[in-house]
Amino acid sequence: MKLWKTILAAALLSLAAATSAFAARTDLVIGIPLEPPHLDPTAGAAAAIREVTYANVFEGLTRIGPNSEVLPDLAESWTISDDGKVYTFKLHTGVKFHDGANFSAEDVKFSLDRARAKDSVNAQKQLFAAIDKVEVVDPATVKVTLTHPQGSFLYNMGWGDAVIVSPKSADTNKEKPIGTGPFKFQNWAKGSSITLVKSDSYWGDPVFLDKVEFRVVPDAAAAVPALLSGDIQAFPFFDPDSVSQVKDDPRFKVVVGSTEGETILSINNQKPPFDKLQVRQAISYALDRKAIIDGASAGLGLPIGSHMSPANKYYVDLTGRYPHDVAKAKELLKQAGLENGFKATLKLPPPSYARLGGEIIASQLRDVGIDLEIIPVEWAQWLDQVFTKKDYDLTIVSHTEPNDIDIYSRKGYYFNYDNPTFDKVIADLELTSDEARRKELYAEAQKILADDAVVGFLYELPKVGVWDGKLQGLWENAPIPANDLTKVKWTD
Amino acid sequence: MTAYLLKRLIIAALTLVLASMVVFAVMEVLPGDPARLMLGLNASADQVELLRNQMGLNAPVALRYLHWAGGLVSLDFGRSYTYSVPVIDLVRERIAVSLPLALIALALSTVIAIPVGVFSASRQGQAGDTLAMGAAQLGVAVPNFWFALMLIYLFAVWLRLVPAGGFPGWNAGVWTALKSLLLPAIALALPQAAILARVARSALIEVLNEDYIRTARAKGLPYRAVLWRHALRNAMIPVLTILGLQFAFLLAGTIIIENVFYLPGLGRLIFQAITQRDLIVVESIVMLLVAAVILINLIVDFSYAIVDPRLRGRR
Repeated sequence: MKLWKTILAAALLSLAAATSAFAARTDLVIGIPLEPPHLDPTAGAAAAIREVTYANVFEGLTRIGPNSEVLPDLAESWTISDDGKVYTFKLHTGVKFHDGANFSAEDVKFSLDRARAKDSVNAQKQLFAAIDKVEVVDPATVKVTLTHPQGSFLYNMGWGDAVIVSPKSADTNKEKPIGTGPFKFQNWAKGSSITLVKSDSYWGDPVFLDKVEFRVVPDAAAAVPALLSGDIQAFPFFDPDSVSQVKDDPRFKVVVGSTEGETILSINNQKPPFDKLQVRQAISYALDRKAIIDGASAGLGLPIGSHMSPANKYYVDLTGRYPHDVAKAKELLKQAGLENGFKATLKLPPPSYARLGGEIIASQLRDVGIDLEIIPVEWAQWLDQVFTKKDYDLTIVSHTEPNDIDIYSRKGYYFNYDNPTFDKVIADLELTSDEARRKELYAEAQKILADDAVVGFLYELPKVGVWDGKLQGLWENAPIPANDLTKVKWTD
Repeated sequence: MTAYLLKRLIIAALTLVLASMVVFAVMEVLPGDPARLMLGLNASADQVELLRNQMGLNAPVALRYLHWAGGLVSLDFGRSYTYSVPVIDLVRERIAVSLPLALIALALSTVIAIPVGVFSASRQGQAGDTLAMGAAQLGVAVPNFWFALMLIYLFAVWLRLVPAGGFPGWNAGVWTALKSLLLPAIALALPQAAILARVARSALIEVLNEDYIRTARAKGLPYRAVLWRHALRNAMIPVLTILGLQFAFLLAGTIIIENVFYLPGLGRLIFQAITQRDLIVVESIVMLLVAAVILINLIVDFSYAIVDPRLRGRR
């Protein structure tokens, strides 16, 4: 009697031990370099907000997939009227916000109207500029009427800034984000970490992880030991310079992908002598992109020839437009009447791509006779002096918004570039929904910018991710700022 | 004594008022717009203006100063622009990390420095002294972030005794929280201990040359008793002064160590607030620190009186 009880107990125990050994891990600690200022993607531009909340906590009508494709999200399907102006979205039913409130077409109307309202402080308000009115047809159908057909409307609705929020929690999302996503917010230890847990009432495919902690690790030197000790299992945005310390370690996967960050040498196009085409072209010929990528980005990152990511479906390769050619650059400067060279300033914001890249570019331009004075500035100063007051000659910055070639047609944008032909292409793009035609127009826009050498196109900011080899489903590329965890799981 | 105390308090209050003006003025002239920083590159000028209005940034300077300073008097530190929570909550969370860290580091540094200082002073010029002071020189010279990284690789990556960084919060248990403060405290304490040991040594050597030490020795007291009871006590005043300065530094000047261990301390909060132009946070924390330094100085003044009975009699 006693014996079989013991045997049974032992069998049960070993069974329990076996199952727990085979059950995959369901917790994850992700390192992020910057702490978000708050957690409401509809009220701030910081990428860090999206790196925590996008697709995890908040969802939109549509969403952007890992390869920049538009996918249905809260809208299960949609129809577009023949004139391209009316979008009718069919919504998922049985969707709940994390606070228990039911999601319906009213919330869509509320969110879109709120984002485009006069007093809205949505950082990407232009996404909603084409919306004329939003109508609730029934609780599961919403009709959006545009003032003009807009080719990028479905893409726009997939941005983090266009997520659907509930009127009950919209004002408190900064501190306690309430969305419809598969993860709900649990805790934020300021300066330290943000914790999300699986939402049991999620409407879509269940996620694999039960608990995710985003831990703030601002220093690249601290990221390496945090990985090595196992405290943190994934850094989706790792410092390229530190990759050499982990790339030979079989425990980790190093994944180099692409972002939408065009790193460029911005030029003040109205300030002499940069108003002369030959001078800008001379700068483009003087740049040796390979050396810049090696020095400023640890050799990672793809060269670009215009303002478009090589990972983007509209990309055309224009990197051969201005090969590195010192003699040609000098020749062009001579044509511009500047055979003795000239002096200019180069203002550099804090990221290492700018500070390191700036040193290299200054030496490359010195070779053709352009003498640059380097002025390091911090972000607040950069935004104030360079971006707002346009008080600069040259600067280096990465434009990380996706599909943002239209910035060159914006009036008063800090490039001071004004080309009616280019503006016309962008205006046509806005009105065109036909994919083939859009591709042509995007190609044309890229070509105009390259021909005009509006800025010095350098390289696409790489997304260097390092994570535990047993982890699957993290994004390789970053078509938008996000750490989409909906497909992430541990394998053995 | 009361008059003395009152005078000190009035001076302290005046210092605070003056400091508040300087801090506010400096943040006013600092270029950069918090609204633009929050909204990023794609927002229009109108929208930035709208947010500036919402944040109350468009009010006249004098009005904003009075509003802020008036709040300080009633212990209302205002709301953070970026976090949009009361500044006092932010500070409370950070103090829960920075204060224990500073105290542990200070205790460690004292426990190491005083015996080393005494040891060196009593063997002035001998091999032991040279060795100890050489080590102290090294302690001052080695950058503390490098030392911190070495500690991390040894104790966190290799031995796995403590986490490589981060702070789990006091809710996770006192021992767990203390464990995560251990390495940073050691990294902070070592250079401080090195400085303190040198100060203790030279103060002690000066005292050991005094006549009363010779008298004490002459009346037959053992060297050990003279050293620890008579000499050390009299050498404490410069040591206390340095300790006071170090404590003020450890409270907010530890940003590098906080970064290496990614600790959510006060130093990082200030740095983050400055880069994001979260003016109200910077101003309020600087004021708190000014108050803390004044308080520490008062405590140091009073502790002089404890170690030196002669100072007690005056006033």
